[in-house]
Amino acid sequence: MTSARLAPQPAAWVEPNAVAQVWRETFAIANVELRKLFRDPTELFTRAIQPVLWLVVFGQVFSRVRGIPTGNISYLAFMTPGILAQSVLFAAIFYGIAVIWERDLGIVHKLLVSPAKRISLVLGKAVSAGFRGVVQAVIIYLIAAALGIAIRWQPVHIFAVLAGVALGSAIFSTFSLIIACIVKSRERFMGIGQVLTMPLFFASNAIYPIAIMPGWLKVVALVNPLTYLVDALRGQMIVGGESVHGFASDFGIMILIFIVLSAVAARLYPTLLR
Amino acid sequence: MMAAAKTDSLIERAEFAIETDALTKAFGDLLAVDHLNCRVPYGQIFGLLGPNGAGKSTTIKMLTTLLDPTSGSAKVAGFDIVAAPARVRSSIGYVPQMLSADGALTGEENLMLSAKLYAIPRAERQPRIADALEFMGLTEFGRRLVKTYSGGMIRRLELAQAMLHRPMVLFLDEPTIGLDPVARHTVWDRLRELRQNYGITILITTHDMDEADELCDELALMHRGQIAALGQPAELKAGLGPAATLDDVFARFSGGSIQEGGSYRDIRQTRTTASRLG
Ligand SMILES: Nc1ncnc2c1ncn2[C@@H]1O[C@H](COP(=O)(O)OP(=O)(O)OP(=O)(O)O)[C@@H](O)[C@H]1O
Ligand SMILES: [Mg+2]
Repeated sequence: MTSARLAPQPAAWVEPNAVAQVWRETFAIANVELRKLFRDPTELFTRAIQPVLWLVVFGQVFSRVRGIPTGNISYLAFMTPGILAQSVLFAAIFYGIAVIWERDLGIVHKLLVSPAKRISLVLGKAVSAGFRGVVQAVIIYLIAAALGIAIRWQPVHIFAVLAGVALGSAIFSTFSLIIACIVKSRERFMGIGQVLTMPLFFASNAIYPIAIMPGWLKVVALVNPLTYLVDALRGQMIVGGESVHGFASDFGIMILIFIVLSAVAARLYPTLLR
Repeated sequence: MMAAAKTDSLIERAEFAIETDALTKAFGDLLAVDHLNCRVPYGQIFGLLGPNGAGKSTTIKMLTTLLDPTSGSAKVAGFDIVAAPARVRSSIGYVPQMLSADGALTGEENLMLSAKLYAIPRAERQPRIADALEFMGLTEFGRRLVKTYSGGMIRRLELAQAMLHRPMVLFLDEPTIGLDPVARHTVWDRLRELRQNYGITILITTHDMDEADELCDELALMHRGQIAALGQPAELKAGLGPAATLDDVFARFSGGSIQEGGSYRDIRQTRTTASRLG
């Protein structure tokens, strides 16, 4: 068979429009990630188990303690956005291990020999992580509703929560990608993943307010991206919930964090093969 | 503007599809590729032989822009691998040593991802995918998940993927490793056709002396990062005597030792992939 379509073509080089190029490539990557997710959605449901335990067991018990000042809302309502943020963190932090796996299979080699911009490869993962996060959020809304927590059902608030969750997922998946590029092996990643997630969770405002933390922990919490995610969600998700910084500044800070992390990840991604 | 004009004149002047100049890669103290000088004319099937750890994959990874050289330089399709990596990438196709198509996607989805990443215009994507699948004899399997493919089918899919954007140069790292004889011959036939009909330049590495003998126009035998012997298969054999085989040539120029450090990682990866797919 001879087909003109197979003949080599010394590319008539058209300098691509960088923005259009990154857009096309990012969604090409996100597209295949999401196809894989829908083909095997079990992971989405197993990831819902942990937040259920936190809300149903931990939350119910700690509601009786009444030792934690949560303003005029119940402890359970206070911690619900925190648990949503936690599930976003825990799901996204394992993106890196998937990338190491793809490196071992040669999939990363193929992406890197393509003329795609390296930032697109990073953003494609972030977009698909964002989508997963949104699915998590929907599940946690349902659990919270079932537990009788007063939720702000107005579309604008739900939209704000989903946007925050998508951005938070993008941040933590990109952070995870950076760690993968540094440690390069699955075994080391597993170790570091465990060591990082718990401190990020406890050194945040997820299950207690920053105000009651000792001074040094306050400092840690303030540089912890999870704090800004929780704060943004707390103001939007539940009736009577208060955001310390306000949604706009939380969201702005998260965008800045994401820009820095994706720039770093785009630099490091090719080193995954070294 | 100036830079673009300058590289454009290079493509006209480039006589060779691949040209390396003292190309070197060091991993710590180890010189995996050691001042390699090598030229591959357009339209040739060029074979890179050598024992495990000789530096074949490392050479390919540098030529495909996956690794930066420690020193030296190289041009592929007229473009400098360090100065113009994006243009090198647009001009080449690459099939890595391990089976690397994404098993969780269908054949068509794998190809569609490549079509998008290589900026093939939307209207041309489907026809080209159909053509590439037909050329590789995979038309009826396009909608099946790749994890249900045999090793030979995956290799053919990877070749389809690597040529979808009509590259000038194809880099194939042990393309027939682990394939049965029929699958191997199918791959050879397709590669010959690509060369014959379209003049594509192909650089392959192999441990299979039959493949080197039958498929390649010219061979370079690498040893410890350097070229120990270079020539057409017939020349290399004749150089050792009338009854010599390529195995003799290989033994003679690789110090008789098949094991030379070895690239544990790639072997392990090939195994992992094989067991995943098997
Ligand atoms: N990322 C790396 N870090 C350190 N050493 C490496 C790396 N990649 C390759 N090497 C070493 O460089 C040398 C050349 O490896 P390379 O993979 O190029 O060999 P090869 O000729 O392809 O071997 P094989 O036939 O086993 O595939 C080997 O000694 C290998 O261990
Ligand atoms: Mg190799």
